[in-house]
Amino acid sequence: MHEPRGPLIPSPAHGPSEATPHATVRSYVTGFVLSVVLTAIPFVLVMSGLAPAATTVPICVALGVAQIVVHLVYFLHMNTSSSQTWNTAAFVFTFVIVAILVGGSLWVMYHMDMNMMPGMMPME
Amino acid sequence: MGDMLGKLTLDAVPMHQPIIMGAVAFMILCGLGVAALITHLGFWRTLWSDWITSVDHKKIGIMYIMLAMVMLLRGFSDAIMMRMQQALASTGGPGYLPPEHFDQVFTAHGVIMIFFMAMPFIVGLMNIVMPLQIGARDVAFPYLNNLSFWLTAAGALLVNISLGIGEFAKTGWLAYPPLSEIAYSPGVGVDYYIWALQIAGVGTLLSGVNMITTILKMRAPGMTLMRMPIFSWTALCANMLIVAAFPILTATLAMLSLDRYLGMHFFTNDAGGNPMMYVNLIWAWGHPEVYILILPCFGVFSEVISTFSSKQLFGYTSMVYATVCITVLSFLVWLHHFFTMGTGADVNAFFGITTMIIAIPTGAKIFNWLFTMYRGRVRFTTPVLWTIGFMITFVIGGMTGVLMAVPPADFVLHNSLFLIAHFHNVIIGGVVFGCMAGVNYWFPKAFGFTLDERLGKISFWCWLVGFYLAFMPLYALGLMGMTRRLDHVNNPVWHVYLVVAMVGAVIIMCGIAAQIAQITVSIWNRAALRDLTGDPWNGRTLEWAVASPPPAYNFARTPIVTTRDAYWEMKRRGLAHNPLPAYRPIHMPRNTATGVIVSAFAAALGFGLIWHIWWLSIASFVAAIGIAITHSFNEDRDYYVTPDEIAENEGKYHLASQV
Repeated sequence: MHEPRGPLIPSPAHGPSEATPHATVRSYVTGFVLSVVLTAIPFVLVMSGLAPAATTVPICVALGVAQIVVHLVYFLHMNTSSSQTWNTAAFVFTFVIVAILVGGSLWVMYHMDMNMMPGMMPME
Repeated sequence: MGDMLGKLTLDAVPMHQPIIMGAVAFMILCGLGVAALITHLGFWRTLWSDWITSVDHKKIGIMYIMLAMVMLLRGFSDAIMMRMQQALASTGGPGYLPPEHFDQVFTAHGVIMIFFMAMPFIVGLMNIVMPLQIGARDVAFPYLNNLSFWLTAAGALLVNISLGIGEFAKTGWLAYPPLSEIAYSPGVGVDYYIWALQIAGVGTLLSGVNMITTILKMRAPGMTLMRMPIFSWTALCANMLIVAAFPILTATLAMLSLDRYLGMHFFTNDAGGNPMMYVNLIWAWGHPEVYILILPCFGVFSEVISTFSSKQLFGYTSMVYATVCITVLSFLVWLHHFFTMGTGADVNAFFGITTMIIAIPTGAKIFNWLFTMYRGRVRFTTPVLWTIGFMITFVIGGMTGVLMAVPPADFVLHNSLFLIAHFHNVIIGGVVFGCMAGVNYWFPKAFGFTLDERLGKISFWCWLVGFYLAFMPLYALGLMGMTRRLDHVNNPVWHVYLVVAMVGAVIIMCGIAAQIAQITVSIWNRAALRDLTGDPWNGRTLEWAVASPPPAYNFARTPIVTTRDAYWEMKRRGLAHNPLPAYRPIHMPRNTATGVIVSAFAAALGFGLIWHIWWLSIASFVAAIGIAITHSFNEDRDYYVTPDEIAENEGKYHLASQV
């Protein structure tokens, strides 16, 4: 056995490197149908004006988050199987860091705005 | 002609400034001297084909560290200039540096020391050691590794060009707006800053991706994560921080350049911009950055203290968890850099507490190192001296850090020399001492001979004593109210402290001189210092299981790992140095000039953007992208090392290590 290195794919001896698990047509169809449904519901809600904005907005946000999860699971094939551990871990790490940075910056800048710029226009 | 060269004219060369012209002349002379030496030794061809175009992680690592050492000299010259200026200009005189030059000096000092000294040093150590420690042949993407190095070098080149052509930023090392905006910094200094960091930043980010992939995908069979040497663990965490944090720097500097080049208003005071957002973003990168630097150094100290105590590292698991905790926590503390900006008590209290919490995993590490030494047979070699010096110095720096994490205390100490003393206390005491320990520890691995111990120890003591003399007075000055970055003050009480600090800087200079002497003398005496075993310190981890310097392919056969301290276990069970009956061909990547050429065009792109030479920018950009794409079609990029060659190499090594 000679180990390939460099730009080539690391040998199986070097860890879990089997090719990306290819999803079935079935899972792509499931994902597609779910995405369409999750897109259609907020579209209908907004266009028809069935519910007041105070109800529509949280529903849209919740469905948007569900949409993200559907894409991750069905299109990016993220799951809890061992071959996907590092993809999932990287995603969770990224998610946590982005949440900290975006949430933290909003929090910091909101207070900064309140304390340092009284009476001025609200920060965009 | 005027249009062809954008803003660049002959006036850009500061002919009327004798200090700058002297420095430029000195740099040119050094360059010519090195070129003459290379010609004299007939080294040009080897330099090009074996080093500049090399995709071997060990050679790239050595080049990173050489860049770092040269930049250390440049950054230290800035430091001693500042200490001299403040010592001379604290009793009413003007000193010898005019304010606009002094401002460039302190900016260049910070930028060079962090981006072009500390970062290349750390990345260089990771390059040399990490693939060997995990039993890999090379990094995952060898060509990318070469490109990363040359992009970093291109950034360093731009900073140094700014000395002789134009000017450098006068804004401080983080270029806060509105000062760094075009209205207040109309010169090219901030543009040099932006493009040097952007180009080097791409290199750093690519290197981070490369290292993470290597650690996750290319570990030897049996090397589970919890069997991985601590240095490789810290390298993994540091590179995760690089990948998570450097895009923030890139985006922030991109917005600043949009403000400066296209009249946008992200960080201006008018048109809805907000300079405070820049401060927020730059520190969201800047705080993880200091952990990118210190984590691998913690790894170095762990390896050194375990090897030279001839003991397994105490508390391996807690060391790993402490490292991971620090990795996540480093993203939760950035506001402590601007407690005084006005977020109010609630926000300050939150970030003050998170900052103090970081002291807990760090404290756990200190105890682990102490317990590793406890009842060990400690050999007081140069790397161990650096480690012990670190433990004492870093604890002091950590405590002043926790002190400043208390927001009300920070309101008194913010922007004072107390802060300067604090972060030099942790960066010199942590990062610099760590790099020096690493160089002394792994030099024999990289070159096949050890470094002179006596000069190493002299250098350590000069650095240690010099550090305390140079920075303890700054703590006192900070408490007395002296703020940072002062070109001149008139205060006889402070003067005494500033003179002592300057003496400290001179002693550090002796330490640096001793290091240069150490390397020179060791090269001279290399026959006497030769190590043929590949394992001069009775090491524990896999990098010591191969010859020094290791062959290009690292391991003739990929080792099988069954425990932590894999090589120690092999030696214990008598499995080390058993020549194999037969070898199989090893698949290797060819060297390529693409990395250095792409980086040369990147440097030209940066230079064009800095001076508004648009044709040069466009042409270089197109050329760099075009060459990178062309390279991707190059199929002739690999070769096989034949079993005969391997057998010959390994035979020599095994013969030597059996003695």
